[in-house]
Amino acid sequence: MSEITLQDIIKPENLVYKKTSLMTDKALSYCPGCGHGTTHRLIMEVIEELGQENETIGVAPVGCSVLAYEFMNVDMQEAAHGRAPALATAIKRLWPNKVVFTYQGDGDLAAIGTAETIHACNRGERIVMVFINNGIYGMTGGQMAPTTLPGMKTATSPYGRDIATMGNPLKMTELVATLPGTYYVTRQSVQTPAAVRKARKAIKKAFQNQLDGKPGVSFIEVVSNCNSGWKMEPVQSNTWMEENMFPFYQLGDLKVDGKLIDK
Amino acid sequence: MTEEIIIAGFGGQGVLSMGKILAYSGIMQDQEVSWLPSYGPEMRGGTANVAVIVSDERISSPTLTAFDTAIILNQQSMDKFEHSVKPGGVLLYDPNGIIHHPTRKDITIYEVQGAKLAAEMGNTKIFNMVVLGAYLKVKPIVKLENVIRGLKKSLPERYHKLIPLNEDAITMGMNNVNKL
Amino acid sequence: MGELKLMKGNEALAEAAIRAGVDGYFGYPITPQSEVIEYLMAEKPFERTGMVVLQAESEVASINMLYGGGGTGKKVMTSSSSPGISLMQEGLSYLAGAEIPCVVANVVRGGPGLGDIQPAQSDYFQSVKGGGHGDYRLLVLAPSSVQEMSDFVPLAFDLAFKYRTPALIVSDGLIGQMMEKVELFDQIPRLTDEEVIKRHPWATNGKPKGGERRILTSLDLDPHKLERHNWHLQEKYKTIEENEVRFEMLHCEDAEYIIVAYGSSARIAQKSIQLAREKGIKVGLLRPITLWPFPKKPIDELTKKGVKGFLSVEMSAGQMIEDVKLVVEGRTKVEHFGRYGGVIHSPEQVLEALEQKLIGG
Repeated sequence: MSEITLQDIIKPENLVYKKTSLMTDKALSYCPGCGHGTTHRLIMEVIEELGQENETIGVAPVGCSVLAYEFMNVDMQEAAHGRAPALATAIKRLWPNKVVFTYQGDGDLAAIGTAETIHACNRGERIVMVFINNGIYGMTGGQMAPTTLPGMKTATSPYGRDIATMGNPLKMTELVATLPGTYYVTRQSVQTPAAVRKARKAIKKAFQNQLDGKPGVSFIEVVSNCNSGWKMEPVQSNTWMEENMFPFYQLGDLKVDGKLIDK
Repeated sequence: MTEEIIIAGFGGQGVLSMGKILAYSGIMQDQEVSWLPSYGPEMRGGTANVAVIVSDERISSPTLTAFDTAIILNQQSMDKFEHSVKPGGVLLYDPNGIIHHPTRKDITIYEVQGAKLAAEMGNTKIFNMVVLGAYLKVKPIVKLENVIRGLKKSLPERYHKLIPLNEDAITMGMNNVNKL
Repeated sequence: MGELKLMKGNEALAEAAIRAGVDGYFGYPITPQSEVIEYLMAEKPFERTGMVVLQAESEVASINMLYGGGGTGKKVMTSSSSPGISLMQEGLSYLAGAEIPCVVANVVRGGPGLGDIQPAQSDYFQSVKGGGHGDYRLLVLAPSSVQEMSDFVPLAFDLAFKYRTPALIVSDGLIGQMMEKVELFDQIPRLTDEEVIKRHPWATNGKPKGGERRILTSLDLDPHKLERHNWHLQEKYKTIEENEVRFEMLHCEDAEYIIVAYGSSARIAQKSIQLAREKGIKVGLLRPITLWPFPKKPIDELTKKGVKGFLSVEMSAGQMIEDVKLVVEGRTKVEHFGRYGGVIHSPEQVLEALEQKLIGG
């Protein structure tokens, strides 16, 4: 029996995982352990699977994923902070047959861009909105986000978020689910293989809705970790997320096919 | 020929539309025109005025402080615009509701019982057309046929059946303007 | 000859947008320019040409819709008045940075702050000196009649696409609300999607098959690369300054004094000049049509010719006068006159200022 070489292993029939061609070869700028990279990949895999590589226009936000266009290998626009839904609205209105999505963090979508988010959702724009919620401002160095949990320590809530003076965390996903212009609203996560599979299914459903011309926004929140901002090891941050974020931001579908899910 | 006119009265008296019809009539006979209203909250129920210029030449300033003619339809406008008429100019007014009548001696003053005549004709809405008729008698700057063409152009199709009534109102005004 | 109509400046602008083959108008109502979106909604351009008209939730959203839509190579437009245009400054900076063509109309009203709803020209600095952050310029056209409110729409789009830059049409409440005779130009067909894709290879409307993806961004974290991008922008602005200056001169041949005025002030000044000449005062008008690029050359030539003074007439506390002074460089007298805060100066007041500040002074 001859020795097995690398050449013998790298064969199409042995392929178990291949990076989608819709992710560029540029090394991700995200911290090791962060959920952004996985979510990027899932979106790009879905667009490839649906054969929409040449039909898609994505809109990147301001925040950690400000450079999302460096990694996503489709036509992309970089929006001003919070305004991605306004850009996406115009793109979709002017090119109704194209696939349009926004990718936004919690500061972008739920603080400075609240008006654009709510009105794009309420008008029922036929776009996909992907919302990464890690409860903190990662890029600017760990300040309080609209979604920061009560008592959670950040650079601008160093003694913990005090509800009496700093206000309540905003459940944007619950809010947009109540608007008649949203068609599909779901909350997912990407910290385990099982969660990734579910999130991928949700993202695919969202894009499929758009391709099918379903009326309204398909809105996917991905509850994610920020190990750097939370000052934790990656694994520890995921455990913390499961124990603290998930009870507050409960996973699962909130609205499917335009109908709210009873919980 | 350049005629600079101010038309002033209450909002709802048809001040702006009278100006618009006059301007449209000017276009119908290849003249240059401008129509500049006072705008803003004061228009709602308060006073309304519009400066209209009809000219054979390119119009310079659409906003003016002195006019060849003032058409005045309420007391506030009389107070405001009597002194804006150029010496030798024309002031035409409806005496209805006027307490302080014009006193200037260096201008020609005409009156027309616009509100009264319109009421007698059974339609108070044609008040402004009666006044327009009176004006055109004094200053025939546009031909009646071009006023009718202007009306057709500025009124939506569904109101075209009202054009004969408007024409009657203009004639009524032409026949009932008095020099004071 | 095109169709003749009696229209408000705002209506002419809106009708011109449809006829210019605009693909999308995104706007938010504000006095004194709400007739623009009202006219567009009433005219149903979505049936006439397929043009999209959308009332946005704010001016912030409107300008960012222009970024999105303009970024796909389509002709997009918005209009507003001073406070709304202030809200758009961030977006305009991004549009200039990402080199996205679009047309924005400002029907200026009195300020600062909420100000009033009457005509003013106090947004000159904001229009020509930046307004938003960073080193950029907007191409600025200043109509002075209802006719130009119509004609400058297709012109602004031509320039915006030629240079991949936002173009601004700056008028004011007087021109917006005034009706004049306007000769409408014939319908320019909207481009088909295929034509847009072919004509604007930079636009993000779906990655070409077998080609590279396009990115539209104003971000570059590498300062040296960002400096190079700025050099490119400055080169472009230089080209615009060399090629796109537009102005009008009236009665300047024998003039001893020159009024510099744009927009409605230029109209008012024409009457002042008529009054002045009746009194034997030789005065001419220089009307900048492009506020940026500013007509420096004719001012320089008039200065060299030996005119005794310039009067910058603007409905502001004196903004354009700074650009006049930059050209004149102290060689002759430069004064300002204008009413502001929504007050319109009369032709007589302009003449009086000319006599007092330039002739008598």
